[in-house]
Amino acid sequence: MVDQIDAIFQADDYGVHYPDSRGRFGPYGGKYVPETLIPALEELEDIHATAMQDEDFRTELNSLLETYVGRPTPLTHARRLTEHFGGPEIYLKREDLAHTGAHKINNALGQALMVKRILGKNRVVAETGAGQHGVATATACALLDMECVVYMGSVDMARQAPNVFRMRLLGADVREVSSGSQTLKDAINEAIRDWVTNVPDTHYLLGSALGPHPFPVMVRNLQSVIGREARRQMLDPSTGPGQLPDVVVACVGGGSNAIGMFYPFVMDPGVRLVGVEAGGRGIDSHEHAARFADPKMGRLGVLHGTRSYVLQDEDGQIALTHSISAGLDYASVGPEHALLRDRERAEYFYCTDEQALAGFELLCRQEGIIPALESAHAVGWLPELMSDVSSDDVVLVSLSGRGDKDLDTVMAELSPGH
Amino acid sequence: MTGVERIRSAIANRQGDTTAAFMPYFPSGFPSRPESVAMMRSMADAGADLFEIGFPFSDPLADGPTIQAATHRALLNGMKTRDCLDIAKELRDAGITQPFCAMSYYNPIFNYGPDRFIEDAVRAGFDGFIIPDLPPDEGQEMEEACREAGLALVYLLAPSSSRERIELVTSRSTGFVYLVSVLGTTGARASLPDYLTDLVAQVRADTDTPVCVGFGVSNGVQAAQVASIADGAIVGSALVKAADGPDGADAVKSLARELARGAHGH
Repeated sequence: MVDQIDAIFQADDYGVHYPDSRGRFGPYGGKYVPETLIPALEELEDIHATAMQDEDFRTELNSLLETYVGRPTPLTHARRLTEHFGGPEIYLKREDLAHTGAHKINNALGQALMVKRILGKNRVVAETGAGQHGVATATACALLDMECVVYMGSVDMARQAPNVFRMRLLGADVREVSSGSQTLKDAINEAIRDWVTNVPDTHYLLGSALGPHPFPVMVRNLQSVIGREARRQMLDPSTGPGQLPDVVVACVGGGSNAIGMFYPFVMDPGVRLVGVEAGGRGIDSHEHAARFADPKMGRLGVLHGTRSYVLQDEDGQIALTHSISAGLDYASVGPEHALLRDRERAEYFYCTDEQALAGFELLCRQEGIIPALESAHAVGWLPELMSDVSSDDVVLVSLSGRGDKDLDTVMAELSPGH
Repeated sequence: MTGVERIRSAIANRQGDTTAAFMPYFPSGFPSRPESVAMMRSMADAGADLFEIGFPFSDPLADGPTIQAATHRALLNGMKTRDCLDIAKELRDAGITQPFCAMSYYNPIFNYGPDRFIEDAVRAGFDGFIIPDLPPDEGQEMEEACREAGLALVYLLAPSSSRERIELVTSRSTGFVYLVSVLGTTGARASLPDYLTDLVAQVRADTDTPVCVGFGVSNGVQAAQVASIADGAIVGSALVKAADGPDGADAVKSLARELARGAHGH
C-alpha cells in the first residue's frame, strides 16, 4: 500500500480548520519564540506546505515508509489480553514493529527528507527523552547523509543507556545536558539554543507535536499515518474486526503518537478517544507528568514556544516532573490535545508508574510483546476502562514502541524471580 | 512623563555621532538579593542610563551559560516575581532615577496575569518590558495593556530578520528597538560582527525609534564601537561575570565605569 501520506490534507478538521494561520488551536499553540527564529519557522511553514503537495517528495517518502520503515505496521488482535479482561475485543497498532522500534521514525524521516530535499539544509539538531526520537533522528540522518546532533539530559542518558550507544553507532553526536532537571525539557532548551546559533544551516527536528507553529501541525500530519493505517485495518475484515473501534487509547507525553492515532478518527463521532498521561507516583505526590489531571500545578502557560497546559509552580516556574518513562516525563502537552479536551472530543486520564509496570508485565505474559514503558501506560490504564465498556465493544490501543530500551529500569523495579 | 517618554529621553540625552546610552542588564537576586541591589546602585553611580532588571525563569532558552547560571542562582535564592518588583521599588526609594525595563520570559508574566503585572510594575517604578519569547505576533494583548499604562514594550530584531520583520518590529516596538547583534544566545564575545554597521543602518533607516544593540558587548572598546553606530549599548553577561568573582562589587563598578566611558565617548 503506497497511500501513507496521501490523505494528510483530507482527514481535515473538526468543524473549523485547525490550526489557524497564526498556528493557533483555539486558545492554544502559537509562536512564542525569540525573533531570531521567526524566519526559520516561516520557512518551515512554506516547505511543509510545499512538501505535502509535491508529487516527487510524497513518492519518495511513501517509498521509504514502505521499504525502509516497514509500513504499514500490523494490527494485532490481542486474543489473550482480551480473554484476560473478559471484556471487549482488544487490538494493538504495532508501532513497536516499525524500524528503530517506535513511531518516532515516521516524523523523523519525514522532516529530515523535507529539509534535505526542499530546504537543502544538511545539519540537524534534536532533543530526546527516552532516546527513541534521538535514535529515529540519527537513523534518518545516517540514511540521508546528514550531520546529526542530539541533546539529552544526564538523567535520561543514565536511564536509557542502550539508546545513547545506538545513537552513537548511527553516527550522531550525543551531547549531555546537565542544566535544570537534566531531562527532556532541558534537552529542548539546549536544542533551541543550538538552533538559534546555527539557524542558517541547521534544522531543529522536534520530536513531538509541541513547540512553536508549525511543529504541532507538521508532526501531527507526519504521524497521522498511524491512525490512517489503523482505521483502514480495523474496517477491513481481512486485517481487523471489520468495524471502527469504540475506544482508541494512546499514551500522551508531548502527544505525537496519540495525535497521530486520534486525528484520522476525529471525524468519527462514535469513536471515543482516550489519552493516558503519566501519573508518576500519584497526583497528590506532585511527582508526575499529568498536565490535565492536576488542577493546582497544571495550568495554562507558555513553554518552548507554545501555549498549552503546563505543570508549573505558583510563580510560573516550570515544575520538575517525574515518570518512570522518560518519554512521558515532560511538563507540557501538545496544543491540539488541549483543544480536543476542551471540545470534549478526547478524554484524558492518567496511569501511575505502578500501573504502567503492571501493564508492562501483563503484555509480556499475555501477548509475548515487551512494550516501551511509554506504551505500557496505555495498557496499564485498560483495567480502568473495563467497567465502562461491554464485551461487544472493540478497543484499539496504540502500542507506540518496544521495550528493549527499558529493561534496566524494569529490572530495577521488579524483584527477581517475579 | 510616561514610561515610554522617560526611556526615550534617557536615550536621547546620550545620542550623538560617537555616543550612546549605556544600558546594563542585571539579574535581580544575584549573587544575592541585597548584592544585586547594591550592584545596580553602583552602576547607576558609574553612569548607567537605563536598567534592564532581569526576572529569573527556570527555562531561559535565549540565554547563554553565564546568565543561565546567574538566574538559576537567583531562583535558588528564592526570588519570586514579587521580589523582583520589590527590588525596583527599593532602587527607586534609594533615589535611582534612571528608567527601568523588566526583562522576563513570558510565562512568569502570563502566570502573574499581564494586567496585574503591568499595574504592579508601574507601582514599583518600571517604565517598560523586554520579553525575549514574545514576538509581535503574540504580543497584541500585552502591547495594548502597555499602551494604556504608558509603558514601553520593546521588541527585538536579529541578524536573521527579513525586510518584512524589520518593518513589523520597528512599527510596533516602543521605547527602543533591541537589536540582537549575533545569531545565538546571550554571552560575551571577543569581537563584534563585521556586518553590524550595515545591520544597524538598515534598521535605523526604517524608524525614528532608537536602536540599541545587545548580545556580545563586553568591554569599553566594544561599547564605543556600538556607540558610533547605534543609540544604546546593552551589556549583560560581562557584568554578571564580573559580579561573580571574589571582589564582585568592585569589579562590577569598574567595568560599569569602563563601559559608560566607552558608550559616552570619553
